[in-house]
Amino acid sequence: MKPLIEIENLRKEFFLGSILSRDKIVAVDNISFKINPAEIFTLAGESGCGKTTVARMILGFEEPTAGRIIYSKESSDNKEPVWFTQGIQAIFQNPFETFNPLRKVEHYLFETVYNYKLAESQEKAREIINSKLESVGLSYEEVAGKYPSEFSGGQLQRISIARALLTDPGLLIADEPVSMVDASIRMSIVNLFKKLKEELQMSILYITHDLATAYYMSGQIAIMFRGHIMEMGPVEKVLMEPAHPYTKLLRESIPEADPAKKWTDRISISDLESDEYLRKGCKFAGRCPEAQDKCKEHTPEAAYIDDVFVKCHLYSG
Amino acid sequence: MDNNTVLVTENIKSYYVLDVGGSKKVVKAVDDVNLTIRKNEIYGIAGESGCGKTTLMKTLYALMNPPLRFMGGKVIYYRDDQEIDILSLSKEERRKLRWEYIAYIPQGAMSIFNPVIKLKETYRDFLDSHLSGKTRDEIFEIAREHIKELGLPIKVLEAYPHQLSGGMRQRVAIALAGLLKPAVIFADEPTTALDVVVQRGVVQLLKDIQESLKNTIILVTHDMGIHANISDRMAIMYAGKIIEEAETKEIFYNPLHPYTRFLINSLPKFGDKGVRASAPGNPPSLANLPTGCPFHPRCPEKTDICTREVPELVQTGEEHKTACWLVSKGDE
Ligand SMILES: Nc1ncnc2c1ncn2[C@@H]1O[C@H](COP(=O)(O)OP(=O)(O)OP(=O)(O)O)[C@@H](O)[C@H]1O
Ligand SMILES: Nc1ncnc2c1ncn2[C@@H]1O[C@H](COP(=O)(O)OP(=O)(O)OP(=O)(O)O)[C@@H](O)[C@H]1O
Ligand SMILES: [Mg+2]
Ligand SMILES: [Mg+2]
Repeated sequence: MKPLIEIENLRKEFFLGSILSRDKIVAVDNISFKINPAEIFTLAGESGCGKTTVARMILGFEEPTAGRIIYSKESSDNKEPVWFTQGIQAIFQNPFETFNPLRKVEHYLFETVYNYKLAESQEKAREIINSKLESVGLSYEEVAGKYPSEFSGGQLQRISIARALLTDPGLLIADEPVSMVDASIRMSIVNLFKKLKEELQMSILYITHDLATAYYMSGQIAIMFRGHIMEMGPVEKVLMEPAHPYTKLLRESIPEADPAKKWTDRISISDLESDEYLRKGCKFAGRCPEAQDKCKEHTPEAAYIDDVFVKCHLYSG
Repeated sequence: MDNNTVLVTENIKSYYVLDVGGSKKVVKAVDDVNLTIRKNEIYGIAGESGCGKTTLMKTLYALMNPPLRFMGGKVIYYRDDQEIDILSLSKEERRKLRWEYIAYIPQGAMSIFNPVIKLKETYRDFLDSHLSGKTRDEIFEIAREHIKELGLPIKVLEAYPHQLSGGMRQRVAIALAGLLKPAVIFADEPTTALDVVVQRGVVQLLKDIQESLKNTIILVTHDMGIHANISDRMAIMYAGKIIEEAETKEIFYNPLHPYTRFLINSLPKFGDKGVRASAPGNPPSLANLPTGCPFHPRCPEKTDICTREVPELVQTGEEHKTACWLVSKGDE
């Protein structure tokens, strides 16, 4: 299948301010992945490992230091590719921050319609808005005239999804769309993503810490750690039979919603984030239970175990 | 009150009173809540987004600013043989209780730090106002000891708050909250937006502090996995009210309220991709609550009475309370 979007050796460097001013961190270190049409692809991993930075580069909010993004035949080498605006849409973590409490939420929807010139008349605009609201289980009637405080977090998140759908994007980037909401709303949004994929053939880049929902709805998953993709492949394999020691630690750290399965052993606390970023060799070596001498010196080469990509000296021979 | 109790609330009500385009709007964020919280326990609070959890914490901590208004009820702490009615105290008296007797880690944790000073200075501010007669170096030594004891990197003391990752910041906030050995620590969503490994570190730290201080931690999170791991007892909140309270095991294995049952059953599980249903419909607006039980419009088991009368939170088992007509009717 021809991928919808290809990320090739994408890299982003940031210079650290004040204390360590000459140091730079490689927030995203030459990562590559592809997303097919009608696929939900999950990007997961450590807090501060570069996930949002990847999303921001795909959205054109951040210039890559190196690498390419190719979206349906258009490459980011071109200046101002149109897909930055129409083909790809995004929703973010906190629905309450997306909307200004003093503006009616419908303004945001109309604004998007007019900005992208999706309709000439108000009547036509309302029609488009209503159809998108319906695809997220709401209607124009329920939304009209109301302020953000009159909706629940889940409703607001669904309204921001409806807004993202207005341009009929091929790819929806959802950066922690459910981390602020409870389990029940979480499932209604996750089920909505599945529906968008199945019925509208939409692809979704799902960025999350919640591996249970990632497992539930996505096909492929990439696990990031300090700028690198450590392991990538089908969720069934990566989450059910993890190969990389970091993925194993992640998997064991998922709190199970069962009081009979409490954690009993302890974990070692990480160093400061910037220290780990600046570390030589494998970035996980400082906390890895299986670290050997070479891990602290050399960055491992990527290896494949069947269709699973792994970046670890245990597998690169 | 037996001497195992640290905190009791009596019918507390906290509303946001807003002026929207000239008309008054009242958001009943905490509405008639009765709680009894014990010494030496981790008490969890879970519930739908926006149901009033943060507002409840603020009320218990007596930290209310407009538009939030306290509308009635009592919050009583039992300190040694003293009864403290915190909401009747003066500002100054409340301030004295904070950090030393009750500590609050707000959602996001950022607001407890001063952004322009290094963390060791924040430690100093904390200790200075509560321990007098120590030199600067002695205070930094206490801070270093404290950070080391909790297994955090010493280097954080030299950092500014914005230089720490969300997870590290959260752990330093928790460490600070435990510094003066308060009897009660409130932690509002301490693990939200962190990765699971960091979450586990946060849970480990909370547990360590509770075990060493033998105090009470009141933990708000919508993450049921975290509650399963750490909460001894827990309450489920819905639309400003506590609708169920029991030992954590009981909540997971024998939930009685239909909303709690939806909450438990909607959790996705590994190795099972079967469709998980969420509760039908949407939570009510707290500015415009339905009559009767606030869950009735979404409840598949509602009867006539549910649409008319609000069910009280009543004993429905040993250590188990539920506010639902389905379970309370039979017992009377
Ligand atoms: N504009 C910036 N300048 C300097 N450093 C930055 C900038 N943006 C991000 N970083 C750093 O880059 C790293 C990756 O950040 P990013 O926000 O992409 O992580 P993330 O994986 O999305 O984290 P989280 O899970 O907490 O959302 C972090 O160490 C962060 O502090
Ligand atoms: N400053 C405010 N003005 C008006 N209404 C508010 C304000 N703060 C909160 N509310 C409303 O009060 C209700 C309870 O809010 P609260 O923050 O206590 O909920 P919560 O259970 O902590 O939610 P979350 O899970 O999202 O943290 C919500 O409906 C919210 O919209
Ligand atoms: Mg992020
Ligand atoms: Mg809250």
